[in-house]
Amino acid sequence: MTPFTYARASDVPDAVRLASLEATKYLGGGTNLVDLMRETIERPEALVDVTGLSAAIEDHQGGLLIGAAARNTALAEHRMVRETYPVLARAILSGASAQVRNMATVGGNLLQRTRCAYFYDPEGSRCNKRSPGEGCDAVGGFNRMHAILGASSACIATHPSDMCVALAALDALIHVQGPAGERTVALTDLHRLPADRPDLDSTLEPGELITAVALPSLPTGAHSTYRKVRDRASYAFALVSVGAVLAVEDGIITDVRIALGGVAHKPWRASTAEAALRGRQATPENFRAAAEAELLDAQPLRDNGFKVPLAIRTITATLGELTGENA
Amino acid sequence: MNLLDQAKQAVQGMAQAVMTKAVALAPDSWVPGGQPDPLMHSKHGLIGAPVSRLDGPLKVTGKAAFAAEFPLPDMVYAALAYSTIAKGRIRSLDIARAEKAPGVVLVMTHHNAPRLQPPPLFLSEEKAAAGDNLPVMQDDRIHWNGQPIALILAGTQEQADHAASLIRATYIEEDAQISIAAARAEGTTQSQFMGQPLHNESGDAEAALAEAPFKVDATYTTPRHNHNPIELHAVTLFWQGGVLRVHDAQQLVTHSAFTLSRVFDIPEEKVIITSPYVGGGFGSKSLWQHHILAAAAARMAGRPVRLMLSREGVYRIVGGRSPTEQRVALGATADGKLTALIHSGLTVKTPHNAMPEPFILPTRSAYAADNILLDVRHVELDMLGNTFMRAPGEAVGTFALESAMDELAEKLGMDPIELRLRNEPEKDPTSGLPFSARHIAQAWRTGAERFGWHRRKPVPGTVREGEWLVGMGCATATYPYYRMPGGAARLTLTSDGHVTVDVAVHEMGMGTATVQSQVTAERLGLSIDMIRFNYGDSTLPGLIMAGGSQQTAATGASILAAYDALKKELVALAGNSSPLAGLKPDEVGSRDAGLCKLDEPDRYDSYAAILGRARREEVRVEASPPPPLETMHWSMHSHGAMFCEARVNIVTGEPRISRFLGSFDCGRILNPKTAASQFRGGIIMGLGLALMEETQFDERKGRIMNANLADYHVPVHLDVPEIDVIWTDIPDPHTPMGARGVGEIGITGTGAAVANAIYNATGKRIRDLPITLDKLL
Repeated sequence: MTPFTYARASDVPDAVRLASLEATKYLGGGTNLVDLMRETIERPEALVDVTGLSAAIEDHQGGLLIGAAARNTALAEHRMVRETYPVLARAILSGASAQVRNMATVGGNLLQRTRCAYFYDPEGSRCNKRSPGEGCDAVGGFNRMHAILGASSACIATHPSDMCVALAALDALIHVQGPAGERTVALTDLHRLPADRPDLDSTLEPGELITAVALPSLPTGAHSTYRKVRDRASYAFALVSVGAVLAVEDGIITDVRIALGGVAHKPWRASTAEAALRGRQATPENFRAAAEAELLDAQPLRDNGFKVPLAIRTITATLGELTGENA
Repeated sequence: MNLLDQAKQAVQGMAQAVMTKAVALAPDSWVPGGQPDPLMHSKHGLIGAPVSRLDGPLKVTGKAAFAAEFPLPDMVYAALAYSTIAKGRIRSLDIARAEKAPGVVLVMTHHNAPRLQPPPLFLSEEKAAAGDNLPVMQDDRIHWNGQPIALILAGTQEQADHAASLIRATYIEEDAQISIAAARAEGTTQSQFMGQPLHNESGDAEAALAEAPFKVDATYTTPRHNHNPIELHAVTLFWQGGVLRVHDAQQLVTHSAFTLSRVFDIPEEKVIITSPYVGGGFGSKSLWQHHILAAAAARMAGRPVRLMLSREGVYRIVGGRSPTEQRVALGATADGKLTALIHSGLTVKTPHNAMPEPFILPTRSAYAADNILLDVRHVELDMLGNTFMRAPGEAVGTFALESAMDELAEKLGMDPIELRLRNEPEKDPTSGLPFSARHIAQAWRTGAERFGWHRRKPVPGTVREGEWLVGMGCATATYPYYRMPGGAARLTLTSDGHVTVDVAVHEMGMGTATVQSQVTAERLGLSIDMIRFNYGDSTLPGLIMAGGSQQTAATGASILAAYDALKKELVALAGNSSPLAGLKPDEVGSRDAGLCKLDEPDRYDSYAAILGRARREEVRVEASPPPPLETMHWSMHSHGAMFCEARVNIVTGEPRISRFLGSFDCGRILNPKTAASQFRGGIIMGLGLALMEETQFDERKGRIMNANLADYHVPVHLDVPEIDVIWTDIPDPHTPMGARGVGEIGITGTGAAVANAIYNATGKRIRDLPITLDKLL
């Protein structure tokens, strides 16, 4: 770990002011950033601790407004989250361990970095995300965990968050404040595809701080859930995960949102599948056809071809579960 | 190998062959274990009692000090920098920034490290313990990707870690042999293990296979594994007047002290290793380069040094299990009699170690077959020296053998347990020796009944619960009884009736001190609180490694030898006024804190009375047991019948284990509580081997890519179902206490039981570990 200075922000403007130095990072629960600093992948000169900022979870325009400093555990246990947004509660609870969730903040979770093994090996491997332009050792290496959608020749990493997949399916809005003022960005626009700048995980400008996440209300009659497929029963990143919101009236799909985890550089909103399903009958055949349409452009790598059928099956089964009586 | 070495080995080989034959043919009574240990029949006492671990309270209250938990005055902390190429030379090593970093006391590289002798390689001589014999940091050569290239000492761990990250190296790379396929194309070598070729042949197995009406001929593969004991490898050490004192995490204190003394070219007694508590070893806590480098740096700096490897560090400099590619071919008659048994294949090692993964070991004594061919060959790669990992050989060998038996059973339309029982050998099929004790059939019967094996549907893929296909599988577990030469123990009996045991053995969490205190108390007719058990210290008697599941037997035999010496001394001291007067030591035994005539228990004299009359404060004896010739006279093996219920999700292919039962035949169980934990721990490790453990060794650079516990998967709590363990508890009449080791057998057979259960659930036969969901989609 490289030595750094530490300051604790008293409010949002204070945090933004403190973070005006170039090599400053905001510190949430530290469950990812501190790990990356230990590995010398992140070498901030200064940390601004923002865990003292708003952690409130409040009713907001029929939905919820979640302070970025809210702990993952607090969010997953919130009554309205459990009752109204089960996709979010389940996504959070399927990630990490209870100890990690107790520390991790919502804002920090949004900015988790990839778990690509080559990204995590600054001494021994090339990585365009760490050092732009040096090349990518994952492309010809172990890439079972890597992306099948939206990758580039520069980067095939995946985004590791479960929570973000649920937020993508919920059309969450991210409140941001920076040197240039406040703005709101859709969760689906917060993260980027790698293209030729995989060093940029998000569309945040330098110094911008995530202050809150807004969840809009769900359409009437909508059910939601999250399903995560992984190599062991707990404490493993998703090979494929599906967050889905589905509203069905008289057998017809009136609203559907599907987001995928473990398949791309960002939480992947399955808009092709959604378009294929809206207004159609909620049948397993239609679910499957829509899932296949979504994965049509998938580009599997040496080790991850299985993710294509796995994603199709998991989307189909998850939507099927939401049409069941127990959903 | 040069001609002289070859000649030496041939002579040794011949001498050994003659010796082997002589011991095999000797009368039982001439051989250690020829007379059953009376303790094996002990009932209602401490043998077989579920005594809780004596060190339990210390551990749960955090008072047990592990190797990295000894704060020493003026101590500095160490960090290592590692090479990023597999083979070549260091062209340049820029340490300027590291030397100027805050708190740095020393940067040690091949430029300034003291000149050292290469460490004697484990198995190369009696007391050698090193995982490789490379002279690291003695020159600019790089032998594996991850080799330490610099060691930093600093005032805090954080300062040392930071300085290590500032080291910059450039290399002159050389062509490294890191691809198994490429190495294989250049030829393979017959493997040797403990001085013997890994090759057995009787009859003509290939011809018998060709003629067999029923056959299986398949290839099974297992990946690399890395060691992940929960306690990271660590030393806290210092030099004191020419003596190197090491607080260590060790499973071979005496061997490792000897090895360090050779490296530093000092007398053996000038290295003292203590290791009272070890947070798991599994074969990894021997002598590795971090010991040597830390001791060298401490000498250079003149200060105590703590070096605790990071988790990545453990992957870089502590070896793991090698990958294997195994062919198992079985030929059988229609009634299930094996006519051909072939188990052969390939593994990898390095030029600087002596450990080809000996996967045919379990097959040597497994089944009666007229024609047997067993063979291990290897290639050598430029990589970190691979090593022993819980049941080396058996863990992965049983996966192949016992999967093939399951495949054969299906072809025969026969119950897989029945197929195994029909091929039970009457004597060892490869050595021809009689078995010391083999009650595997009983283990199968009781296990099958308890598990509900009769409910298994022989046709795969026919049981479904919701999204889950459910199946049952079984396999044989097996691990040999070993007792290595070099045991010794010291007993001190004091006039207040307390006994101190001194023996250089190890407590890695398995309950050594507890069980040996039980055994000693029972043997001497004392209560357990009268025993003080000193261990984990290289200055104590005995050369006894915690390896090969032999520590219990080797320690028990050493204490038995010391007890015999103690009896002799006490009978002599007892004098003419004693009720024991005139008796020979062999005629007396112990009860109620004293000695008595074995067949006349009323002729009794208490220890206190004997010492009192002799005006002695204490009696101290030290003795060694006879060499372990019993293993050349009998075929000595433990067995288990392993049962697994597996579930595979029809949507996602996810495999999950819902039930497991191990039914063991391991001789007398000395402590059911600690033994059950050993069995369960082994089975859990076996579930990891079956379903998730795999080192990602990138063959482009020879680098391990998942050197952490997030990416290298071992089972978490949710992966582990309730595991039922039962045992025959039938004493082995030829071992100390009637017991055989229980530390490793649990991991054997488990992989095949899982694979066979998954086959029964899905109809998919997976011959390539680990069985991940992509193989089941």
